[in-house]
Amino acid sequence: MNETRANAFEEVKSQIEPFNQKGVPITEETSFQDDLEWDSLTVMDFVAAVEDEFDIVITMNQQAEIETVGQLVDAVQELRA
Amino acid sequence: MTEPGNQPDDPGEQATVTSRNLFDKFEPLMQERNRLLDSGIRDPFAIVMDEVKSPTEAIIDGRNTILLGTYNYMGMTFDPDVIAAGKDALDRFGSGTTGSRVLNGTYCGHMEVEQALKEFYAMDHAMVFSTGYQANLGIISTLAGKGDYVILDADSHASIYDGCFLGNAETVRFRHNNVENLAKRLERLPREAGKLVVLEGVYSMLGDIAPLDEMIPLAKQHGAMVLVDEAHSMGFFGENGRGVAEAQGVIDQVDFIIGTFSKSVGTVGGFCVSNHAKTEFLRLVCRPYTFTASLPPSVVATAATSIRKLMHAGDKRAHLWENSKRLHKGLRDLGFRLATDEAESAILAVLLDDQEQAVRMWQALLEHGLYVNMARPPATPSGVYLLRCSLCAEHSSEQVDEILAMFEAAGRATGAIG
Ligand SMILES: Cc1ncc(COP(=O)(O)O)c(C=O)c1O
Repeated sequence: MNETRANAFEEVKSQIEPFNQKGVPITEETSFQDDLEWDSLTVMDFVAAVEDEFDIVITMNQQAEIETVGQLVDAVQELRA
Repeated sequence: MTEPGNQPDDPGEQATVTSRNLFDKFEPLMQERNRLLDSGIRDPFAIVMDEVKSPTEAIIDGRNTILLGTYNYMGMTFDPDVIAAGKDALDRFGSGTTGSRVLNGTYCGHMEVEQALKEFYAMDHAMVFSTGYQANLGIISTLAGKGDYVILDADSHASIYDGCFLGNAETVRFRHNNVENLAKRLERLPREAGKLVVLEGVYSMLGDIAPLDEMIPLAKQHGAMVLVDEAHSMGFFGENGRGVAEAQGVIDQVDFIIGTFSKSVGTVGGFCVSNHAKTEFLRLVCRPYTFTASLPPSVVATAATSIRKLMHAGDKRAHLWENSKRLHKGLRDLGFRLATDEAESAILAVLLDDQEQAVRMWQALLEHGLYVNMARPPATPSGVYLLRCSLCAEHSSEQVDEILAMFEAAGRATGAIG
């Protein structure tokens, strides 16, 4: 994993923390639905927070494709490019 | 001879196959529902009206019940002129059209209701759909296709979301009624992309209104087209009853207004009005318009009569607002929590602590003879359980007093108020 990728992971991870009420350990493979067990309202708040942090828009279509933290990091990197 | 088990539709044969049961995904919801019903609660989603006596009264479970959970805002369902128009059309044109608007399903009555809408909204074009759901589904999916953006409020009605999915548009949500959140998202979208901003005048879960006077000019600055769903405002917002956009002085900047006949108009059907001449072409390419039968002649006749009467319904309008304000204040004084500080529309949402309290309160009200809507997540925002009350211009002041007395009794019995 290169350095920017590692940084992006850390940045995303810090965005997850306030929503990670169960204290689930965050890895590339952590699933938003299966591990974090977020409901649709939490997802909505989290997405808004990520969008504002990185100054991007993640459409609902893109959100539907994102299941794991790693996939979100990829999407954030791509959208920021 | 075929054995019974070999019939193709016999579920017994499928049981040997190991594919996933398609009903399985509903299992958690089914269980939650069964737990609720097992606790002895009456099913809030299985009410039957055995008799309907007026826009405000029906018989439910053999009991005289005041209706405070219909969208019959202007009380047009029993208007004598409306009923007469429907009966006449039934006699003259029959019970149904048996055809699409673009084939054999356009009668003079469909043209007449579109004319009434054009006059009501002072707009050049009107397109009538079989329901409001289909109007949103059709217009949004046809205008915004793959590669276009729809920017919508997170609390939007299901028909708006479904329109985005059907058209395969890029869909971007902003926080409910949050102007800054909308602005940020508009700024981040590609400049050259086609954009449709979708707003509602009144949001039906909390009964709050949108800051259209800020949002619409903002959308226009970013080159977006604007669609406003005025389902819950027609007839009593704005000088001519055209909705929240009229009331806030921005209706001239709206590209498309979506509305329904199933609320203030008092029948069923949906529509889009616009000043864009090219709207007419949509009739040929909008699948939820083209590939379904048109409304029955009696329905369009009742709708046209009702819409024309709503143009001159100043007294009813004033009484509806008075009812809403009185009920809001009365409920507050009793100690209930309401979703809005003031009565912003004809919908008042009473917030409750949890599902159990909401259901017990709902049932107690029904047993006292009052029907309201129970609403729960995901239909409601931020996980709230609420009882939604919608007022009618035909509720008398005495009925509002009765309603308050029933809320007081039910609230004390269930502990919802002290
Ligand atoms: C905001 C909004 N839009 C559209 C609709 C759909 O209207 P209809 O009942 O005509 O399908 C509704 C009604 O549920 C609504 O609340």
